[in-house]
Amino acid sequence: MNIKEKIVKGGLFVSALISVVVLLIVIGYIVVNGIGVISLDFLLKSPYRFEYGGVFPQIIGSLFLVALCLLFAVPLGVASAIYLAEYAPDNVITSCIRLFVECLAGIPSIVIGLFGLVFLVYYLGFGVSMLSGGLALGFMILPWTVRASEEAIKAVPRSYREASLALGASKWQTIRSVVLKSAYPGIITGILLGIGKAIGETAVVLLTAGSGLESFLPRSILDPVASLPVYVYMLATQGQTSAAYSRAFGASILLITMFLVMSISALFLRNRYIKRMSGGRW
Amino acid sequence: MSKIEMKGLSVYYGNGTVHALKDVNMKIEANKITALIGPSGCGKTTFLRALNRMNELIRVRTEGEVLIDGIDIYSKKVDVIQLRKKVGMVFQQPNPFPMSIYDNVAYGPRIHGVRNRELDGIVEESLKKAALWDEVKDRLEENAFGFSGGQQQRLCIARALAVNPEIILFDEPCSSLDPISTARIEELLSKLKREYTIVIVTHNMQQAARISDFTAFFLMGELIECGKTPQIFERPRDKRTEDYITGRFG
Ligand SMILES: Nc1ncnc2c1ncn2[C@@H]1O[C@H](COP(=O)(O)OP(=O)(O)OP(=O)(O)O)[C@@H](O)[C@H]1O
Ligand SMILES: [Mg+2]
Repeated sequence: MNIKEKIVKGGLFVSALISVVVLLIVIGYIVVNGIGVISLDFLLKSPYRFEYGGVFPQIIGSLFLVALCLLFAVPLGVASAIYLAEYAPDNVITSCIRLFVECLAGIPSIVIGLFGLVFLVYYLGFGVSMLSGGLALGFMILPWTVRASEEAIKAVPRSYREASLALGASKWQTIRSVVLKSAYPGIITGILLGIGKAIGETAVVLLTAGSGLESFLPRSILDPVASLPVYVYMLATQGQTSAAYSRAFGASILLITMFLVMSISALFLRNRYIKRMSGGRW
Repeated sequence: MSKIEMKGLSVYYGNGTVHALKDVNMKIEANKITALIGPSGCGKTTFLRALNRMNELIRVRTEGEVLIDGIDIYSKKVDVIQLRKKVGMVFQQPNPFPMSIYDNVAYGPRIHGVRNRELDGIVEESLKKAALWDEVKDRLEENAFGFSGGQQQRLCIARALAVNPEIILFDEPCSSLDPISTARIEELLSKLKREYTIVIVTHNMQQAARISDFTAFFLMGELIECGKTPQIFERPRDKRTEDYITGRFG
C-alpha cells in the first residue's frame, strides 16, 4: 500500500469515527440530561404545568396518532401500489401519478401541517383533534407506503404469477394469494419507515392535533390529543427552567425508545417472515 | 377425434414484427406424449403457451384455430379460467410458491372453491400421482424451497394435477435437473399418459425418442414434420428434420 492509499484510508476512517462520535454525543447528552426524570410517576402520571407530573397522555397520544395514521395510510397506500404495479396501463397518466407520488414525498412536513390545519381542522371542521392529526400524518407517510409497496410488489418473480394464472386463478386471486404474500416483507419495511417518520413528527401534529401539554386522554377522535414530540417542543420553547429542560430530555428518551422498539419489532417480524418464506417451517 | 387440433395457427409478437408461429396445422392425440423439438427460438414455447392462452399475458396476436375436444379455445364463448383448469402447465424452472408443500398443492383446488375437508384427499392423491408422496408425507407443512430441484419440479406437477386437468403442457421440465431427477420425471410422464394428454418441449433428442409417442419438429416458426416418434427418428421425411436429429445443426 503506498502512501496515498494510506492517507485516503486514514481519512475515511477518521470520517467514520467522527460520525459515530457525533451520534454518541447526541444520544449521550440526551440520556445524561434526561435519565434523572424517568420514573414510574413520569410514565404513568399526567403533566401539571411545565415542571410537574408525567407524560402518560403524551405517550398514549403518540401511539394513538401513529395508529390512526397507519389505519389511513396503509390500506390506501397498499391499494394504490397494487393498482400502479399490476393494473395501471403503461402510459403518460401513470407516469404522472408516479411523479406526483414522488413530489408528495418531498413536501416539507410544515407544509403538510399547514394544509392539515386549513383543510382538515377548519374547512372539514374536524377541529384540532386526533382525527386531524392522524389524517395529516397519514398524508405525510402515504407516498412512502405507496412507493415501498409498489417496489415490493414489482419484485415478486414473474414465475409465481405465471404458475398461479396457469392453474386458472384470476388476476385478483393471483395478487391476493401469491403476490401480496411474497411482497409482505417489503411492504412491512415501508410501513416501518412510515412509523419512524410519523412518531417523531412535530410540525404536522403541532398544527393539527393539540398543544402537547394536554393532561387528559382524548375521549373521542374529535378531541385534541397530546404527543411526545409536541410536548418536547413546548417545554423547549416555553419552559425556560432547568426542570423543564430535564423533562424535555426525559420525553426525548421515551421518544427514541419507542422508535427503537417499533423499528426492531418490525425488523424482527420481517426477518422471521423472510426466513419462513425461504425454507424452514412455514 | 384428436384431443387437440391446430388449424392455421399463427402467432405474432410485438406489433406483428416477430412472426413466431407460421400457419401451423397439427393434431395431438389423447393419452399420448407428444414431444416438440427444434432449435432455440423456433417457437416451441410459443406453441405450448398458445394451448392454454398464456401468450395473452403479453402483447401478442393469434390467428387461426386451436380446437380442444372440438371447441375453438379462442372463440368468445370460452372462459379462460375453465380452459386453464383443463390444460395444466409445468414450467422450465421449478416454480413452487413460497408456501408449504401442502399449500402449494392445495392452491389450485382452493381458488376453484373446493371445500377444506376435501383438500387432504386431493393433496395426497396428487402427490402420489406425482411420485412425491413418500418423500414428503411427513413434511407437508415445510416450505417448498427446502426441497431439491427435482422434488420441487414433481411438486409443480402435483400442483398441476390437483386441479384435475385433461392435458398437461411441459416446457423443458428437466432442463435444470440432474440425470437421476430427470429419469424420475420421465418415468412419471410415462405413467401419467394413461390419464392425461401430454405435450412436452425438450431439447434433449434422446429424451424425446425415449418417452414420446409422437414428435413434432419446428424450424423458424414452421412445423416441418410431425409423426410417430420412431418414424421421425428413423425415417424422417424432411432433410431438415434429419439434419437436426443427427446433430448437424441446432
Ligand atoms: N415476448 C416476446 N416478444 C417478442 N418476441 C418474442 C417474445 N417471446 C418470444 N419471442 C420470439 O419468438 C420466437 C419464438 O420464441 P419461443 O420462445 O417460442 O422459442 P423456443 O422454441 O421456445 O426457444 P427456446 O428453445 O430457446 O426456449 C423467437 O424468435 C423469440 O425471439
Ligand atoms: Mg422455450
